[in-house]
Amino acid sequence: MSILRTTTHTSAADGGTHAAPSGRHRGGDPKAQHSLHARGLSLAYDGAPVVHDLDLEIPAGKVTVIVGGNGCGKSTLLRGIARLLRPSAGEVLLDGAAVHAMPAKDVARIVGILPQSPTAPEGITVADLVGRGRYPHQGWFRQWTSTDDAVVTAALAATDTLELAARRVEELSGGQAQRVWIAMALAQDPDILLLDEPTTFLDVTHQLEVLDLLHELNRTRGATVVMVLHDLNLAARYADHLVVMHAGQVRAIGSPEQVLTPELVADAFNLRARIVADPVCGAPMVVPIGRFHGPDPTAALPAPSGTP
Amino acid sequence: MTRTEQALPAGAPGVLSAARAQTATRVRTVTLVLVGLTVALSLATLVWGGHASDLWNQILAVFGAGNGEGAFTITKLRLPRVALSLGVGVAFGVSGALFQSVLRNPLASPDIIGISGGASLAAAFGLLVLGVSGIALSVFAFAGAVVVAAAIYLLAWRDGVSGYRFVLIGVGIAFAVNAGIGYLLTRAEVNDVRSALVWMVGSIGTPPWPDVGVLSVALLVLAPLVAVTVKRLRILQLGDELAGGLGVSAERARLAVLAVAVALAAVATAFAGPVAFVAFVSAPIARRLLPTAGLALVPSALVGTVVVLAAEFTAQYLLGSLEVPVGIITGVIGAPYLLWLLATSNRGGRGA
Repeated sequence: MSILRTTTHTSAADGGTHAAPSGRHRGGDPKAQHSLHARGLSLAYDGAPVVHDLDLEIPAGKVTVIVGGNGCGKSTLLRGIARLLRPSAGEVLLDGAAVHAMPAKDVARIVGILPQSPTAPEGITVADLVGRGRYPHQGWFRQWTSTDDAVVTAALAATDTLELAARRVEELSGGQAQRVWIAMALAQDPDILLLDEPTTFLDVTHQLEVLDLLHELNRTRGATVVMVLHDLNLAARYADHLVVMHAGQVRAIGSPEQVLTPELVADAFNLRARIVADPVCGAPMVVPIGRFHGPDPTAALPAPSGTP
Repeated sequence: MTRTEQALPAGAPGVLSAARAQTATRVRTVTLVLVGLTVALSLATLVWGGHASDLWNQILAVFGAGNGEGAFTITKLRLPRVALSLGVGVAFGVSGALFQSVLRNPLASPDIIGISGGASLAAAFGLLVLGVSGIALSVFAFAGAVVVAAAIYLLAWRDGVSGYRFVLIGVGIAFAVNAGIGYLLTRAEVNDVRSALVWMVGSIGTPPWPDVGVLSVALLVLAPLVAVTVKRLRILQLGDELAGGLGVSAERARLAVLAVAVALAAVATAFAGPVAFVAFVSAPIARRLLPTAGLALVPSALVGTVVVLAAEFTAQYLLGSLEVPVGIITGVIGAPYLLWLLATSNRGGRGA
């Protein structure tokens, strides 16, 4: 067990008798709170810099959403935090220790990442796939246990995929498959969960379903959630903490209300927009303007012929 | 870290074990059938052609207690043949399964990507130029396979090794190696060429017991290494990114699996020659029989032995006076499968 684990967890040696708070809906024990931050972080692919000298603190127990235009480095940043990419400069510190210097499995018990559109091995069943999320908790001699069974079952239940357990992943719909991948990430049982665009390729119904699930995970168990999202309005609704990136740097950071202003959207996304209150929850909502609409369009076209 | 039982819908825990039981039953059935086939083929190879009246003596002979000419045939000629077939089948079957899983490509098999070819080139060089034979020839073949595999790995390296690049470079290397073999054959004496060709087609023949012993020891050494790497391979199957997130260093795990797979292929090739297509077809056949995409190493090993034993049996007994090396038969089985794979894989969207 890592000495870096600072809070409530007990070691595997006590054989599963540890009593955690229970009775919460779909809950397990509360997640440990870890400090996670990037310091002077620079990341590059094949020598081409993508993220430069970035400082960022991920607040523990909150939902942090990273947004930004295409190619701004938000996915790269997530990969760097998850130690999938070695920094060209700077470091990512987890509880004060550089993640790239820590043993991979120790990090994997604390930080989990769900990459964008992962691919399942051909023919794999849902139960098999989700079970593989338990890898960081298994050792040379510690094999599959009833604890693993319980965690996997809970992960399937939380994502509403229990009845799919015996199905093959390739037979599932996009929304079902995405929930199964999240179940795998939950089976990994990390205290900090990083997700790269978990709603890609999902219709709006499933997008909400996935985000609600992550919200629930955060609120009921205190899991720290960090995700990259494309949709600004969903980001504003679900984020406690919003990070806007532009050209490999953090452009703005704070609560969605503080961050999302017309000036910032114009600046970071090169988009004219109005900000109104989301009628559902009061979060800021970005209404893009474009060239042809609004009180003072920047361009005008003649109406289609045949229209009076 | 531990978790207690959590608030779950009624009957939830059963779902998981039910899903697993469904898979396990099928795996068990397939494994038992394959074991049965292996045993049946082994016995058939041992006693084929003997007189039915002499059957008891023959069965005794299998366990070393028979007497007479029939017993001699069985213990001295056929038993080592069966033993070597079993070892070679297991080694090729597991090697192919590892290659195809770790490189995520059904074409990735030591006989397609030039590793067996490397063994052949080295063996041909040893046989034709240096005149070595016996165990020295096996050492040459083993070294050839390992050197070619290392060359492919290094050439495929670009900030890591992708399965696709590894296979393409392997196919390219296979051509280069074949050119080398062709050069050696055209320069050699006709009589030497024949024995080199028989070796390169892959043949079990009547191996000396020390060969069987060395192969068995090698397999016993490699088996725990397979067991150790397999856990990480199961995670690597999910892709490099997820593997990294789950605490598996993708590059190191891939190198470890490849090293074990190369060692298995090399040691089998060293004693039987590059028996065509056994490594290539065993794992896909095994997986087709199974309900989930496990690595299917044990079934692949069993399919490998069944293929080698069946091919050897056919080569020795079923073709009348036309005795051919076992590699001819496996080639005849494997080539149509390769064609079928190439014809269908693009439709399935798999990068073969």
